[in-house]
Amino acid sequence: MPLTRSSEVHSNEKVVNHMAVLLDVQDLKTYFNTDYGLVKAVDGVSYHIDDGEIVGLVGESGCGKSVSILSVMQLIQIPPGEIVNGKVIFDGQDILQYDAKGAEMRAIRGGKIAMIFQEPMTSLNPVLTICRQMTETLELHLEMDRQSARERAIELLKMVGVPDAASRVDDYPHQFSGGMRQRVMIAMALSCNPMIIIADEPTTAVDVTTQAQLLELMSDLVTRLNTSLVVVTHNLGVIARYAQRIYVMYAGRIVESGLSEEIFDKPRHPYTIGLLNSVPRLGEKHGTRKLVPIYGMPPDLIDMPPTCAFLPRCTCKIEKCHKEPWPALRPVGDRHYVSCYVDMQEKQ
Amino acid sequence: MKIPRNDTTVEVRNLKMYFPITRGLLQRKVGDVKAVDDISFEIENHETLGLVGESGCGKTTTGRCILRLYRPTSGHIVFEGKDISSMPERKLKPLRSSMGAIFQDPYSSLNPRQTAGSLVGDPLKVHHLASGNELNERVEVLFRLVGLDPGMMDRVPHEFSGGQRQRIGLARALACRPSLVICDEPISALDVSIQAQIINLLEELQEKVGLTYLFIAHDLAVVQHISNRIAVMYLGRIVEITGSDELYENPLHPYTRALLSAVPIPDPHTEKDRMRIVLKGEVPSPVNPPPGCHFHPRCQLAMADCSVERPPLRDVGGEHLVACFRV
Repeated sequence: MPLTRSSEVHSNEKVVNHMAVLLDVQDLKTYFNTDYGLVKAVDGVSYHIDDGEIVGLVGESGCGKSVSILSVMQLIQIPPGEIVNGKVIFDGQDILQYDAKGAEMRAIRGGKIAMIFQEPMTSLNPVLTICRQMTETLELHLEMDRQSARERAIELLKMVGVPDAASRVDDYPHQFSGGMRQRVMIAMALSCNPMIIIADEPTTAVDVTTQAQLLELMSDLVTRLNTSLVVVTHNLGVIARYAQRIYVMYAGRIVESGLSEEIFDKPRHPYTIGLLNSVPRLGEKHGTRKLVPIYGMPPDLIDMPPTCAFLPRCTCKIEKCHKEPWPALRPVGDRHYVSCYVDMQEKQ
Repeated sequence: MKIPRNDTTVEVRNLKMYFPITRGLLQRKVGDVKAVDDISFEIENHETLGLVGESGCGKTTTGRCILRLYRPTSGHIVFEGKDISSMPERKLKPLRSSMGAIFQDPYSSLNPRQTAGSLVGDPLKVHHLASGNELNERVEVLFRLVGLDPGMMDRVPHEFSGGQRQRIGLARALACRPSLVICDEPISALDVSIQAQIINLLEELQEKVGLTYLFIAHDLAVVQHISNRIAVMYLGRIVEITGSDELYENPLHPYTRALLSAVPIPDPHTEKDRMRIVLKGEVPSPVNPPPGCHFHPRCQLAMADCSVERPPLRDVGGEHLVACFRV
């Protein structure tokens, strides 16, 4: 992310207490060739993840948040997908240059960068025991033997709070509840001491009290193990408590990024402001606030206008918005960037 | 907010809905899924009663019993003064036009081969309320009422977005001018920016047409926003009922407290200072629920008597009902 770099160099203080950048995604573009046309699912996205940081990636369905991280892991099916542009710098190397099926990429996937998926039932193999699925990773990445891998698996299950781990390790996924399955997924992600864990909607399929259990567990574990965590979600509430930095995505691009407090206190993009105004908050007196919805619908990614994609739904547009192309991200505060021509702070 | 007591749309008394579990060739009954286990509440005219709880707690079953899509195992459902709990289908049909329902998934609850116009008009035909030109006119009015362009009447569901489909579902539910609408998770399948559109529409319609809602959802923030009163369910039973502001400010049941503390709030400052009560374990199976209070194995306040006797739902003042021995 060139913008961030330059600002970090300019303000000396920030460089001192700023942690090392672990993963740096630069101008990533992932397109899909479909029968209906070219879908620009991710269209020039840059983000970075620092050491030991919890980052939130927020957006509605179809905004490209999942595709942007699947591209990093090279888990995009080619064809129809294609990573047309971009660099993903991890450990000083551009990992997009690696062969998707090659040994180098395999060592990163599940080893150095681990993933937790939304639906634990579909991401666990129903015909293999939990033990087999967990030890496979350990045997491949850490070259453990069967017995020590099994012991490590039991230890990991204990760590994520699976009761009676020593006997449950031989159970099949269907014998676990949704919340427990997601705990198994977390244990698997942690198994090779990854540097980064990417959690794609980790709590969307579970109930709210289970969600609280899982989120507390994840934030507790990554803090203790000093692992970076990326939480991809559509729920602003989920990341408000945990994320230090947030990226807001809309129609394949990042429209705003900044520290968590900045985004929630001083949102600068009309879309971010719209999102915050459209969700009911617990504890507001009944009937005191009418929700302000964002009118219209998210755009069709096939037929994208050259102008700002939020323009048809925007209530703050100015003439410039109709003429100029999609605005680039510009700095508006300490590590706070927004892609909008309108100065929302002045407007408010 | 206070509504006179005698205007009750629905009164539910000791409702039980058990689903038998059968095994083997002879379909021998081996047990029951106690989806709804002896609950009582009422819904006043023109109010919104929110029904919250986690998946499997029986909230959808309760809604379906009120619609009489299920015949309850025991108990009474009094709808507009008539006991419908064991009414035969023939007598039930005229009453059905007074009840509407909106479902969670706008993708599977609309017939993909029917046009939007016929989907909305069908209830009117079934109840012989309109035909011919009048039918068309009424469908047009309904389309406008929910904010859809009547020019789209000939399109089929896949041509609409999720939010628009939910509007079709709402128009269909309102076709026969019902007094009660059961909203079963009407916004959970929609995108965040679209959810507010549907919530606002539901609120506007309630004012305009004078509807009564039973709003079933798992998202407490949404339920608190839309409801006058809220009932909290846990494993087939109601554990607390009270006004929606009171529930947030003064939650009494330990489960309600845990549930409230688990809901994430989109504000980092509030979130950082919040105490989070993380419940231990998981919801037990409704096939074999724990004795006494269903919540006692996960409850921090539980004592010996909690595992013996079921705590009754009692009024602790100001129409705040709670089922717990410890408050």
